Amino acid sequence: MKIRSLLAGVSAICALAGAPAQAQDKPFAGVTVNVITQTGAIQEPLQRRAPDFEALSGAKINIIAVPFSDLYQKILTDWASGTNSVDAAVFAPQWMVDYIAGGYLDDLTPRVDADKDIQQDDVGAFFRDFSEKYNGKTYMITLDGDFHMMYYRKDILDAAGQKVPTTWDEYLEVAKATHGKDMNGDGTPDFGSCIAKKRNAQSYWFVTDVVGSMTQSKGTNQGTFFNTKDMTPLVNNDAFRKALDFLSESTKYGPPDELNLDVSDTRPLFASGRCALNLDWGDVGTISIDPAQSKVMGKWGAAVMPGAKEVLNWDTGKLEACSAEICPHAVDGVNHAPFAAFGGWGGGINAAADPKVKDAAYAFFSYMTQPAQSNADVTVGGTGFNPYRASQLSYSDLWKKANMSEEEAKVYLGAINASMSSPNMILDLRIPQNQKYQQVVLDEAVSRFLAGEIDKEATVKAVEDGWNELNDEIGKDEQLQFYNATIGAK
Amino acid sequence: MTAPVDTTMEAAHGQGWAERLDRRSGGIMVLPAVIVLLCFAIFPLIISAYLALSRFALAPGGFTLKFIGLTNFRKVLVGSQQYHLLGQFGAFGLVQWLSVGLVAAGLLVLLGRYFTRGGPTVLGTVGRVLAAAVAMGLTMLAVATVAPGGVPGTVVNTLLYVVVGVFVQFALGLGLALLCGQPIRGRNFFRVVFFIPLMVTPVGIAYTFRMLADMQKGPFAPLVRAFGVGEWSWATEAWSARLMVLIGDTWQWTPFMFIVLLAAVENQPRDQVEAAQLDGASGFQIFRDITWPAIAPVAATVVLIRLIEAFKIIDLPNVLTGGGPGLATESMTLHSFISWRTQDLGSSAAVGYMLLFISTIVCVSFFNFVVRPARRFEA
Repeated sequence: MKIRSLLAGVSAICALAGAPAQAQDKPFAGVTVNVITQTGAIQEPLQRRAPDFEALSGAKINIIAVPFSDLYQKILTDWASGTNSVDAAVFAPQWMVDYIAGGYLDDLTPRVDADKDIQQDDVGAFFRDFSEKYNGKTYMITLDGDFHMMYYRKDILDAAGQKVPTTWDEYLEVAKATHGKDMNGDGTPDFGSCIAKKRNAQSYWFVTDVVGSMTQSKGTNQGTFFNTKDMTPLVNNDAFRKALDFLSESTKYGPPDELNLDVSDTRPLFASGRCALNLDWGDVGTISIDPAQSKVMGKWGAAVMPGAKEVLNWDTGKLEACSAEICPHAVDGVNHAPFAAFGGWGGGINAAADPKVKDAAYAFFSYMTQPAQSNADVTVGGTGFNPYRASQLSYSDLWKKANMSEEEAKVYLGAINASMSSPNMILDLRIPQNQKYQQVVLDEAVSRFLAGEIDKEATVKAVEDGWNELNDEIGKDEQLQFYNATIGAK
Repeated sequence: MTAPVDTTMEAAHGQGWAERLDRRSGGIMVLPAVIVLLCFAIFPLIISAYLALSRFALAPGGFTLKFIGLTNFRKVLVGSQQYHLLGQFGAFGLVQWLSVGLVAAGLLVLLGRYFTRGGPTVLGTVGRVLAAAVAMGLTMLAVATVAPGGVPGTVVNTLLYVVVGVFVQFALGLGLALLCGQPIRGRNFFRVVFFIPLMVTPVGIAYTFRMLADMQKGPFAPLVRAFGVGEWSWATEAWSARLMVLIGDTWQWTPFMFIVLLAAVENQPRDQVEAAQLDGASGFQIFRDITWPAIAPVAATVVLIRLIEAFKIIDLPNVLTGGGPGLATESMTLHSFISWRTQDLGSSAAVGYMLLFISTIVCVSFFNFVVRPARRFEA
C-alpha cells in the first residue's frame, strides 16, 4: 500500500514533467528536500533545474555544495550521527558500499522498476547494472557517465608530425615533441601534457589509468588493484614502477605548477589552447565546444586511453610482451584498459528521511535523468555531466546545437563508446572504505613521490604497506570477497 | 495575633534567602559560563580523548567504537604514520650537531641560572625541566627532518608557521605601529588600510592568494615570465610552497599585531619621550629605553595570543596547496582534519592531542618565561 502510494506520487511528478504546471497538480507543495553534492560542476545543473522542478512539483530543492574532498565524510557524518539534515545526495557510486553498510541508503529498486519515464533501457549497461546497483538492488539514479579519456590537439600533432598516441611511451614522445611550442598564438610557450596531479583532489585516479593498462589484460574480471586469490596489492611490480616513471616523466612536459593542479584547473588550460595532450573525464570534450571558453574549437580530438605493449606477469612481477594469449583484447598489439574512474555521479536517498521527502527526492532525480533534461545537460561543459545514455552517444541535433561537429562527435562519442563497451574495462575499487585505499594511501604516496619526498621504491612500499595495513584492519577475507564480487572474479 | 508573627517570619525567611543568594552570587554568576565551557570545551575534550584510544567503524544503523589503547598514538609516533606526523629523519652532520649543541647549551644556561639565582621551587623546577625537554625534543626533530635526506612532518611544518610566522608578523606589526604612531599626515587612513586584511575570512585570503600566486594566469605571471622564470612554480617545491603559506598568513595576521601594538605605542609616557627628545636622545635610544619597556607587557601578551592561534593554522595550506607538494605544507590541524575526513577518527584525535600537548607546553612556557617577567618589568 505504501509503495503503491509512493509510486503514484512519482508517476504524478513524471507526468508533470511534460505538462503545464497548475497549483492543484503539485504533489509536493510545501516539501523541502536538502540535496548535498560537490561544489561547482554537478552542483550547477542541480541548482539550475531546481526552480523548474519546484514550479512543476511544488517541492523546494535546497542544494548544499561542499568541496569534493569533504563530500564523502559530510554525508557519512550526517547520516551516521543521526543528524539527517541531508535528505538525498549526489555522490560517487564507489562510496555506496559504505553507506549501505550503515543502512543509510534507501532501496530504490521498486521505484526505478515502476518509473517508465527514466527509460532505464536507454541507460548504458555499465551504469545500469554496476554503478546504480549493489547486491542486485538499485540504490542510485545515474546522472552522469564517467570514463577517463585522452584529449589531443589535432593541429599541434599534425604540425609536429606526430600521430595520436596509442601507448604511454608514445604519449611521452608526443608530449616531449610538442612541449614548449606556442599552441594558442599568444606568444608564450605551452605544454606537451596536462594531467591533474594535485594532492587531496581528484588526481589519484590517473595513476590507475597507467597501471591498469599493464596489470589487467584478460578482461574486467581479472582486476587491477589486488590479486584476486589472496588480496595481495598489485603494487610491488614493474607495472606500478613504470606507471610512476610515466607520471614523473610527464611532469617535465606539463605546466610548472602541475603538482598543484586539479581537473578544474587543467580543463580550462586545454580549452584555452595551452596543452597538446590531456587526460580527463568526458568534461573536456563539452568544454572544448563551448565558444565562450574554448579556443580549440575544431582543433581537438579524443581517444580511448593509451595502453601498453607489455603487460604484467602476476606471478613474476615482470612485464612481458603482449601475445594473443596474454592480451586477448589487444588492438594492434596494444592492451587498452579503459578506466571507469569514479563510475558516474548519481543520486541516492537517505533511508531515514521523511517518506514524503523521499518521494520528492526520487521525483527530482527522476526528473534530472529523464532524457528531456539529461540529453541537454550532457552537452554542456559546466554541468560536469557526461553522456551515459545510448541516445546521447550518437550524433544528433543536440550535439549539433551544442556546436560539436560530426567529426568531433565521431572521435569524442566514439571514445566513450569504445571505453564503455571494452571487455577489458577497469572497474573502480568498490570495497568497504575504498576511499582510504585510494584517496589517502595511494594519493599521498604518489604525491610525495612526485614532490621528490620519497623515491620510487619507497612509494611502492608505502602503497603496498598502506593497503596491506587496511586489509588487516578491516578484514582481509571480507575485503577479498567484496573485491571479487564487485569485479565478477571467479 | 498570628499574622504579625507570620509576617516577621516571612521577612526573616526572605532575608535569609536573599542573604544566601547574595553569598552565592559569585558562583551563580559564573555558572552559565561554566556550563557553556563544560558543554563546548571540556566534554568534547573528554570524548576526543576516548576517540584517540578507539577505532571507529561503520556498522548497520550507526557506528562502533572499539577501545584499542594507545595504538593510534603508536601509529603516528613510531608506526606506519610516523613519517606523516614527525617526518623522515636525515643524516646528522657537523652543522646539525652544532645546532643541537647550541640549543642544548642555551637551555642548560637558562636552567643553571634558575638554580644559581636562588629560590628554586619544586613546581618551578618540574615546569622548567619539562619545558626544556620539549624544547630540546622539538629542536632535534626540526634539525633531523631538515637535515639532508630528511623530510619534515606536520609537527615541524606547524612549528615553522608558528615560530617564523609569529616572529615576522610581530616585527612587521611593530614597525607599522611605530610608523603610524608618528605624527604623520593621513595616518588614520593607513591605520584603516593596514587593518583590512584581518577583516577578511581566512578562506577568502587563501583563495585570493591562490589567484595572486597563479604562475599561469595570475596578475604577476607576466612579471615572472619577464624575469625568465616562467617555467618555475612555487607550488612544486617544498620550501617555496611553505613560504607562500607563510606570506599569506603574515598578510592576514600582521594587522592584528599592528593594531594592538599601536594602542600600546600611543599609551607610552609622552612626557618621557619629549624629555628624551629635548635631551637629544636618538630614535633608537628612545625606543630601547622608553618605548620598549612601556609596550613589553602588551607585546608579550599579543605574541602569546597569536601563538595560540598560529598552532591552529589550516585554511591557507588547505586551499593553497591541499597540504602539498607531498606533505610539505600540511599543518597538524590539517593532518587531523584529513584523518577525520577519511573516517580515521582515532588518528585524527591522537594528532589533535599531540597538538594540544605541544601548544600547551609552548604557550604556558612563553607565558611563564616571557609574559610574566615582562609584566614584572613594567611594575
